[in-house]
Amino acid sequence: MTLPDTGLEARITPVARPATRRRPAWYAATVASVGRETTNARRIVLDVPTWPGNDPGQHLDLRLTAEDGYQAQRSYSIASAGPATDVVLAVDRVDGGEVSPFLVDAVEVGDALEVHGPLGGWFVWRPGESTRPVQLIAGGSGIVPLVAMVTAHAEADDPAPFRLLAAVRTPDDVFFRAELDQALASRAPLEVTHVYSRTAPPGSTVPAGRLTRDTLAAAVFPPDAGALVYVCGSTPFVEQVLRWLTELGHDTSDVRAERFGGN
Amino acid sequence: MATFTRGFGGRRDDRDDTRIPPGQTLVRDWPVLSAGATPDIEPTDWAFSIRTESGLHQWAWDEVHALGVEDVTVDIHCVTHWTKLDMPWRGVPLDRLFEDVETELDYCMVHSYGGYTTNVPLDELLDGKSWIAFEADGEPLTPEHGGPARLLVPHLYFWKSAKWVRGIVMQSDDEPGFWENAGYNLHGDPWKEERYW
Repeated sequence: MTLPDTGLEARITPVARPATRRRPAWYAATVASVGRETTNARRIVLDVPTWPGNDPGQHLDLRLTAEDGYQAQRSYSIASAGPATDVVLAVDRVDGGEVSPFLVDAVEVGDALEVHGPLGGWFVWRPGESTRPVQLIAGGSGIVPLVAMVTAHAEADDPAPFRLLAAVRTPDDVFFRAELDQALASRAPLEVTHVYSRTAPPGSTVPAGRLTRDTLAAAVFPPDAGALVYVCGSTPFVEQVLRWLTELGHDTSDVRAERFGGN
Repeated sequence: MATFTRGFGGRRDDRDDTRIPPGQTLVRDWPVLSAGATPDIEPTDWAFSIRTESGLHQWAWDEVHALGVEDVTVDIHCVTHWTKLDMPWRGVPLDRLFEDVETELDYCMVHSYGGYTTNVPLDELLDGKSWIAFEADGEPLTPEHGGPARLLVPHLYFWKSAKWVRGIVMQSDDEPGFWENAGYNLHGDPWKEERYW
């Protein structure tokens, strides 16, 4: 049984069905390496020996337990994908937060924690499933799940045309620069555009400035390319980008969006 | 058997374990979570339908309001680990809509503009347990938060409180909706941590 067509439904963008996925479970994890990722973020590689692997774009829940049994859980997107048991995260420090300052400033190699996952069957892209162009749009650390897609695309030599638009504040805030360079060097078609809101790189012909509808339009696939669009960032960033895409004539019927932080 | 994380102290200042379910953290703002784009729906275009084995019931915006709007203050719990306490809402209890609806079917598939769905047993929506909500924190619901109307089922994880709600289809079985198909729990009780399956 279905509901009647009110006429309104046809004007509103539908959501597609999520894909099936691996059954999530709790796993013991050990911090394998840590490193500075940006001015405000740290890359943390977890060794999860029993990890079942994950699709590009999925996330996990991370659980920390204090000595008195107090626990805190947070969700983090995964920057790696595939069967590897090295799970890559990049954590942005949220000032005044309970968990992210600990992960960015205090956690060390060898520390033990727990992860639950892999989670999410919607905000994913898998190599070989479609030749449809893919447009990735990231605000700040929103690039984390998109880097997993870019890397999987490059490693598979996947023929689907990819474009990544990443909005950051300064060149020091660019995430996963080496991974992006490596993907650009692969045979898989990829274009990467960074938009710098505060400071442009030295020698840049484009001055720093916030993302606008025009800069968005210039960097993304045109509406008639029919790209599958993934947007990840803070709630205001995602809402603004989705409004602009609609205004620019993009069919946002199957846009996949992931928002984080308060509104 | 918990794994202790060296050096992690955590913050317990706001912690009230009678109010905050396991694995949740108190927030003061109101995060937004949606799978796709945010639809723009005018109240004059909005309608609510219930489809049963015997037919269709429909209410326009004004007709739903006329059934009796209530003010309620509830705690909400999102599966992404945040809890917001003492949140004021305004809406019409589902009890008012189901007063005129005869059905032998026990399960609801809640449908939203945009195609989102979520499943809830009917007895978890009745007896003052759910509302069609129009306002939160004293303001009309913004589109990001599901405006002009969303379902409010505060005793379940908040993905059950479907944004942009447009109706309910009664079913004989408890079939999974959108997030439930993607691995989230069919029921979603935050006190039992029914997050995934």
